[in-house]
Amino acid sequence: MRYTVSMLALVGLAAPAIAQDRPVLDVYTYDSFTSEWGPGPAIEAAFEETCDCDLRFTGLGDAAELLSRVQIEGPRTEADVVVGLDTNLMAKAREAGLFTTAELTSPEFDLPLDWTDDTFVPFDWGYFAFVHREGFTPPANFRELAESDASILIQDPRSSTPGLGLLLWVKTAYGDEAPAIWEGLSDNIVTVTQGWSEAYGLFLEGEADMVLSYTTSPAYHLIAEEDSGFAAAPFDEGHYLQIEVAAAVASSDQPRLAQDFLRFLLSDTVQSTLVTTNWMYPAILPGDGLPDGFETLITPDRALTLDPEDVPAMTETALAEWRAALAR
Amino acid sequence: MARGARPLTVAGLGSAALVAALVLGTVIAVFARAEGAGALGPADWAAIRFTLWQAALSSALSVALAIPVARALARRRFLGRGLLITLLGAPFILPVIVAVLGLLMVFGRAGWVNDALGAVGLPSVAIYGVQGVILGHVFFNLPLAVRLILQGWLSVPAERFRLAASLGMGAGAIFRTIEAPMLRAVLPGVALVIFLVCTSSFAVALTLGGGPRATTVELAIYQAFRFDFDLGRAALLAVVQLAVTLAAGALALSVAVPSALGAGLDRVVRRWDRAPGWPDALAIALAAAFLLVPLAALVTRGAPSLLSLPPVVWAAAGRSLAVAVASAALCLVLTLPLAVAIHRTGRRAGRGLEVAGMLGIAASPLVIGTGLFIVTFPFVAPGAIALAVTGLVNAVMAMPFALRALGPAVAEVERDWSRLAQSLGMGGWARLRLVLLPRLRRPLGFAGGLAAALSMGDLGVVTLFADGQSATLPLQLFRLMGAYRMDDAAGAALLLLGLSLALFWLFDRGGRVNA
Repeated sequence: MRYTVSMLALVGLAAPAIAQDRPVLDVYTYDSFTSEWGPGPAIEAAFEETCDCDLRFTGLGDAAELLSRVQIEGPRTEADVVVGLDTNLMAKAREAGLFTTAELTSPEFDLPLDWTDDTFVPFDWGYFAFVHREGFTPPANFRELAESDASILIQDPRSSTPGLGLLLWVKTAYGDEAPAIWEGLSDNIVTVTQGWSEAYGLFLEGEADMVLSYTTSPAYHLIAEEDSGFAAAPFDEGHYLQIEVAAAVASSDQPRLAQDFLRFLLSDTVQSTLVTTNWMYPAILPGDGLPDGFETLITPDRALTLDPEDVPAMTETALAEWRAALAR
Repeated sequence: MARGARPLTVAGLGSAALVAALVLGTVIAVFARAEGAGALGPADWAAIRFTLWQAALSSALSVALAIPVARALARRRFLGRGLLITLLGAPFILPVIVAVLGLLMVFGRAGWVNDALGAVGLPSVAIYGVQGVILGHVFFNLPLAVRLILQGWLSVPAERFRLAASLGMGAGAIFRTIEAPMLRAVLPGVALVIFLVCTSSFAVALTLGGGPRATTVELAIYQAFRFDFDLGRAALLAVVQLAVTLAAGALALSVAVPSALGAGLDRVVRRWDRAPGWPDALAIALAAAFLLVPLAALVTRGAPSLLSLPPVVWAAAGRSLAVAVASAALCLVLTLPLAVAIHRTGRRAGRGLEVAGMLGIAASPLVIGTGLFIVTFPFVAPGAIALAVTGLVNAVMAMPFALRALGPAVAEVERDWSRLAQSLGMGGWARLRLVLLPRLRRPLGFAGGLAAALSMGDLGVVTLFADGQSATLPLQLFRLMGAYRMDDAAGAALLLLGLSLALFWLFDRGGRVNA
């Protein structure tokens, strides 16, 4: 169609001219990483100062959509590095066979567990938790929550990273009793949203007592909004751990730059940027420590985790139980 | 009848072919890329059942509630009527999450209704659950139903009502002889469109449905892509969705009968019959309250941060406006010839074309987007065509609505004027310019406005192609929410609401100049 063609032409003209002389490093990540308010812009500026290259971020939905996109593109992908998968997606990502070994010189990670994987590089991490406003007395664990009349907002495990985190949290904490926990929770759940944003938005509008988010969420309100009115509820069965990872793409035409970028992700510059833009804990504590305000956050005694390779099978079981319990 | 070269009919066949190629071709592309054919599990069948019955109920309720409102608007003249009609259209063109937030500010647990109930000591009402899904769908689709049925009322030539008045017919007799036949012709199509809108919407069901009970086919498609990366199952579900559309379409079109009122003098309706005013006033007041109070809630929530929105939001707004206008133009260019072709090719072939025009509504944006992605990725960078693809897909998705608005009007003009045009030897451009376009201004303006506004609020395909540099306003709104910036997001939502409405009003107004 004529209109389509002229629209294409318009878009082509509007696209920024790409510097031809410097190599381009293509980094795929999830959308909020590269948005104006995420860590992307600062990381891009800092890396380009040292690399003599053009770092190009492509923001794609959330972590799972990011992986789907790389899978659709396959070995023909433009991506040199993928940033923003997590421990729950690692098995699927590995199975896709698109990533190559990270050449790091045995970094000292500050993670709640020992990191041995040599393909996926952890760059930040956090615990899932229910967040509530000050003045609300939260239950101490899932059983208490199920028995209470506290209302909660959660995300669908099939469309949301925290939603999947909650599913596996309950499953690792309760095993075969997980279906009973979900049945008990069903009358506490106000609604199940597609993603984190909707649930958190509804929570801030006052639709529920608690929302599934991260232990670090109150830090955002405290540091960015100077509002100390939020807290995360410590659960005594422990909190499920999410570790975000990056990996170099095997088919990359810039393998050296890709490796440089993975190392750069672990530098003090990036690590301290991530804390207050991604609102997660740094994978390697920067020299000047955590910003003021983080000391007010809860620190779970127990980190609940799954071997990444067990996640797909566990998810399948847990999802069937979740669906059966909530469909009643 | 003499049949010369008929460029419009040929163009209409072309646009039907384009839609079919886009909708079916993308499904085939997804199938081709899938490993294995895919199979539907019990959860998928539950999703199909839920989708069908909630869509049927939502559609029936929307249409039933819309009839008295459209009737009231058709026969009353009052100050601000035009503005009210434009505002009433707002929910339909809002991005889903924005509208849902507006609804929740009014009907939610901490909403105005429950605050009021609590203040007088009454128990609160729960919106989440099946009732919420239906409420949400009626909120979205009542305005569309009102507008489409109102078009039907306005298309009745004034002479009928004058004749009825001179024969001393009362409101009841007018309803039986003039309005009921019109409704019989218009309602099946309206119900079909809304049924299909409800089958393919998924964020309403997800947010207001309260859990996995409320899983729709579109949601199952999304999960197949995103969660399982099972392209075969996604494509299979898309085929199920298309099959439902075709079946529903065939059913609705076989029920619809063309109105047999004959030709009139091509004038705006004036009414001489006098019915008591209060039922009309009540219908209008209730609809206005239901549809406008949530919008008012959005305005009060978003207004404080509207002027302090970051520049990137304004840039995104500009991009969205450009896409919306291009998309609306493309939609009209595709739909008008299709509407003409449907009328001219006779009953059987015309129905086939009509169903082709409806495909856009049944197509899963995700499947179209993914299919286009698979087809174009080897040749172009996705980010470079993000806006063009968004415009194209939005145009095709808006076609069913445009066709609803244009179809009856085209048929009317063709029936009433084609003999005169033939006898004057008018054909091609002259006929389009002198006969069709002047008489189609109103539905063209309405259809263009609808297409522009729908495109403005769309957050489907763009997410698959956008690379972060070419974000549209809805995408930027989502980013604000994702960065905890709910106040700015509320401001952006208000901006989106304002721009969508303004676009719709401009097109619609353009269509009603002189009227």
